[in-house]
Order: sequence, then structure tokens, then C-alpha cells
Amino acid sequence: MVLKKLFSKTEEKFFHSNTLQNNERHLGDYIFHNVTRLFAFFVLGLMLVMFLELFIESLPSINKFGLSFITSSEWNPVKDKYGALPFIFGTVYSSILALMIALPLSIGVAVFLTEVAPTWLEQPVSILVELLAAIPSIVYGLFGIFVLAPFLKNVVEPFLQTHFGFLPFFKGSFYGFGMLSAALILSIMILPIITSISRDVMKAIPDSLREGAYALGATKWETIKIVLISSRSGVLGATLLGFGRAIGETMAVTMVIGNRPEISLSLFDAGHTMASVLANEFTEATSSLYVSSLMEIGLLFFLITIIINSIARLIVNNVTKKYGKIA
Amino acid sequence: MKKTTFFSLFILIGTMLVLSACSDKPSKPKTLKLNGAGATFPYVIYSKWFDVYHKKTGIEFNYQSIGSGGGVRQVIAGTVDFGASDAPMKDSELKQVKDKLGKEIIHIPTVMGAVVVAYNLKSVGNGLKLTPGILSDIYLGKIKKWNNSKIKSVNKDKKLPNEKITVVHRSDGSGTTNIFTDYLTKVSSNWKEKVGVGKSVDWPVGLGGKGNEGVAGLVKQLDGTIGYVELAYAVQNKLNYAILQNKAGYFVKASFNSVSAAAEGSLATLPYDLRVSITNADGKDSYPISGFTWLLVYNKMENKQKKEALVNFLNWALTKGETYAEGLYYAPLPEKVIELSKKKIALIK
Repeated sequence: MVLKKLFSKTEEKFFHSNTLQNNERHLGDYIFHNVTRLFAFFVLGLMLVMFLELFIESLPSINKFGLSFITSSEWNPVKDKYGALPFIFGTVYSSILALMIALPLSIGVAVFLTEVAPTWLEQPVSILVELLAAIPSIVYGLFGIFVLAPFLKNVVEPFLQTHFGFLPFFKGSFYGFGMLSAALILSIMILPIITSISRDVMKAIPDSLREGAYALGATKWETIKIVLISSRSGVLGATLLGFGRAIGETMAVTMVIGNRPEISLSLFDAGHTMASVLANEFTEATSSLYVSSLMEIGLLFFLITIIINSIARLIVNNVTKKYGKIA
Repeated sequence: MKKTTFFSLFILIGTMLVLSACSDKPSKPKTLKLNGAGATFPYVIYSKWFDVYHKKTGIEFNYQSIGSGGGVRQVIAGTVDFGASDAPMKDSELKQVKDKLGKEIIHIPTVMGAVVVAYNLKSVGNGLKLTPGILSDIYLGKIKKWNNSKIKSVNKDKKLPNEKITVVHRSDGSGTTNIFTDYLTKVSSNWKEKVGVGKSVDWPVGLGGKGNEGVAGLVKQLDGTIGYVELAYAVQNKLNYAILQNKAGYFVKASFNSVSAAAEGSLATLPYDLRVSITNADGKDSYPISGFTWLLVYNKMENKQKKEALVNFLNWALTKGETYAEGLYYAPLPEKVIELSKKKIALIK
């Protein structure tokens, strides 16, 4: 009881000097507000600390290599020379390839689920698609090593080379492990996120639009086209979120990409990504410049992911404001 | 109602605190805990040693296998009682310890490992022979096909296919890579110039696999591959591995005996601090790609109890502990190296 009186006094003091509404004058509310606020600031603070720590740790490398860190493609721990270009290239290239494979598939599935599928089919299919997201990435990696890579090496890659070998994308010798297998694995991994967000965005398109289209004599296909056009910014946001996921994926990629810091357009060649070089080399890095260079890769990686995810969020928010809430 | 719940909660927490304080006090002087960190390669045998020794004496070891590089960093920072590494510490690192903590680091070899060159060639099967020159040329990307005349000249009885050689190496930094590149540097001046020694290097050719299991997986999956792994992994995964020509010109298969022979072959050149690479060792039975793994201990320890415990443990590990080695696929140290190591242990003050 004494405690409660004491609290109520401080509470009165606080609320007198504040402009909060009457119905919020409860001790519980006050505590709840501040505790949740604390949590929110804690997350922000964590991000800030991480950024600062990465920045401070990578200072030796930033000072030593400057901009050449991003433009040089030599990564040689023996000579203590570091350039991150092959890793940046590998990260972006594998993610873009994964998007090129996953995007048409995902949009197809989303259109099917919202516009074509009967209701009894819609639920099970969307659950199955979302289940793909629940599979641990190491399982995808193992699938890549034992199933996908040998299949690519023996069947897909020889076929591609004999028929499309004149393109720069299908040149060179094939191992099964490389950009192509990494991109395929990534595309399976980002399919669920793009599909489910695109589906939600399409569902948020008001039915009046579809009814209007039908009323004007549009066919099913023309109506779908209208839905696609009006949901384009939401789908773009979903795509960027998928891109962010692909960029950050580590384990499955490092198991199939071949881990070679090389810049090559060919899908058959091995590559390397920023996430996998960190996972691979951090534990045994001894020289301080080596550690610092890895930190700088982490910093660049952090920035790239933040930028892409922010853009994606902005676009998704934009479409939600226009057409109402996304479920 | 509310009041009683709060009250009982306070009482509950209070009793728990008192109880835990009680149970803590009497056991404190008994359990001594030693903290260590480092190499992953000897983790299996170390954890066996720590477990057996804990049951015997009650002394607890907390060993974290964070990698040799991490182990060395912890030793320099002084946050552990001992470290472990597959590569000896560099002079610059030893100087850092001296400047920072005013201590010296003693290297104590514990067991040995061998790196084998595994390959996957269906038409050849077991028993491919390789010379140092061929091996370095393959890893430099100069020899590209299995039916190269150099490979043919030492494998006259084998049917070598007209197939591309797919080179596989470790993608993560590792002591295994350090031993392997150390060997290539010793046998090939070209390698020394272009690549050099390190836990991770700028590989001229090949695919990278993460960990021994990653390399072993790649070699198993793809026909025509060649890759280096620790002996234990090759045995457990039933991979074929090459018979290598050693410094004396004999072709030797990796085994506990040939690895121990390599250590004996290097005895003559063993430096005082036992920081030595035994790749490309003398002696006709020596397997050329093998190495020690070390425990890193400080020459001065402030806590006398800990010091005594560590010294006793090390002496036990080098005698009784060595008998566990072969069962866990490590090569035990030869007698003479154990003697030298024990002299080193006596230096801990």
C-alpha cells in the first residue's frame, strides 16, 4: 500500500507537467509506455552500436586501402592485400540472377492464388509456399551439394553449353558448383517471401476495380493485367525484400557457389559472396589488417542491406496507404 | 490478494538467493577451472583428454574451439589460461605478448596430423602416385588433365582418363591449408613466388569447400577432382588418397607410422622453442605433408593452483593421453619429442 501511494504521487507530478489525455492517467499505462519505448530505443541503439563498432574496427583497412578496397579484386591474405570487388560482384550477381528466376515464378503463383485458384485450393497452396521459408538454409545447402550440383553438371550445364554456348553466360568448363547452382538455390529460398507479399498486395486491390473491368467487358486476362498494373509498386517492394534476403543468405550459398573470388559473367564459373567470405575466413584471420578488412566487408554489407530493405519498406508502405492495409 | 502474491514472490526469490549462496560456498575451493581456446583440428582428442582428466582429478577445462587464429588472439589478449594452434605463433605475435603481458609463450606439441591428397577417379581406383612437382603443378593450374605425361610417367600401371582435373581447396582459413601450402612452398619455388604460405591464400585455380567436410564432399561428388583433407576425414569418408613421393625419393602412404617417422626425421633440425614445420621431412619412411598441433601456454602464471593443475595435466596428456591418439585418428608424438616437450613444461613458473 505504501508503495502504491508513493507511486501515485510521482504519477500525479508527472502527469501535471504533461499534456497526456485523461484516460491515460494510469500508472500501468505510464509504465507500459515507457517500457515499450525503451524496447524500441534499444533496437535503434543496437543498430547504432553495431554500425559504430564495425566502422571503428574497419578504420585501419579504410585508411590503408581507401576507395581501392571497393575497386580492387585482389584478395591475398599472404601479402596482406585486400580488395572486395569480387565479393560485392558475387553477392549482387547471384542475387540478381536469383531474382530473375524467382520473380516470374512468384508472380505467377501469386496471380494464380488471388485470381484463378478456387478457394479450396488457395489455402493449401499458400501454406505450402510459405513452408518453403521454414526450411533451414543448411538443408538447402545439402540439397545443393548432393542433388542439384551433380544434376547441373551432368545434365543442365552440358545442354546449355551446346545450345547457348555462344552467349557469355554459358562459357567455360562446368563443375556443377558455381553461380548457377547458387542462383537456383537462392531463388527457391526467396520464392516464398515474394509470393506471399505479392499475393497480399494483389488481395488488397479493391474488388470494385475487378468488377469495373468485367463490367466494361474485359476478359479474365485483361482483368489480371489491370490487377498486376495496380499492384506493381507493392510487387516491386516484395521483390526488393526478396533481394535483401538473397543478399544476406550465407550458409546455403557458400556450400554451392565454389568460393572463388573471381569476376566472371559465366554462370558456370565459381564465385564468392560477402556473407560467405565472412563466414569462411573470420575465425582464422590473424593479422590485424586482415580482420579489419573483413570488418569493412561487414560494414559495406550492413549498409547495402539497410539501403535495400529501407527502399523495399518505403515502397510497401506507399502501396498500403493507397489501397488499404495489407493483411 | 495482490499483496500476498508479491510478498510470496519476494520470499521465494529471497530463499533462492540464500540457497544458491549456500550451495556455492563449500564447493568453491574444490573446482578449479582452466579456460582455453583455439584450434578445431585437435578438438576431438582435447575434449577426450579434458573429460578423462576431469573425472580423474575434478579439474574442469573450458575449451572453445574457435579456430587457431582466434586462439592466438585470445592468448595475446590474455583472456585465457592456455591457447591452441595448428600453426606456431609468429615472432611478431610473440613480441606482442611480451610487450602486453610481460610473458613468454611456450609451444608444447601435443599430437600430429597428416594432410592427404584425396582424389576421385573411377578408372584409376586406389593407389595413384604423385610427386611434389606434379602436385604443385596441379595446384598452380599448369597440369590440367589427368592423362598428362608427367602423371603418366609415375603411374605406368594405371589407366589415366583424358579428363579435366578439378582442383579443390579449403575456402575457410585453416591450419590444414597452412600445412599444405607450407609443403608446396618448400617443394616448388614457383609456388613460393606466386602464392606462399598461409591459413588462407590466393589460390591460382580451383573450387573452395568449407571445412574438411566441405572439401571431402566436393571430392566425393565430382569425378576427376583432387583435394586435400586431414587424414581422419579421408579415412572416415572412404576417399582414395595419393601416395606421395617424399624428400628422399620414396613413395609413402599416409599413416600414423609414416607421420611419426616424419617427426623423427626432423628431430635433427628441431629448434629450441619447438616451433617447427615438419613438412617435407628427411628419412625414407617420412610422409611429407604432416605437422604438429600445439598448446600455447604462458611461462609465468600468477595463480599457483592453476599453474600446478596445468603442469600436471600437460604431463599426463603427453604420457597417458597419447594412448588415446590413434583411436581418434591422430598420430601420437614420438618418444623423443615427448621428452623435449616435457622439458618445456618444466619451464612454466
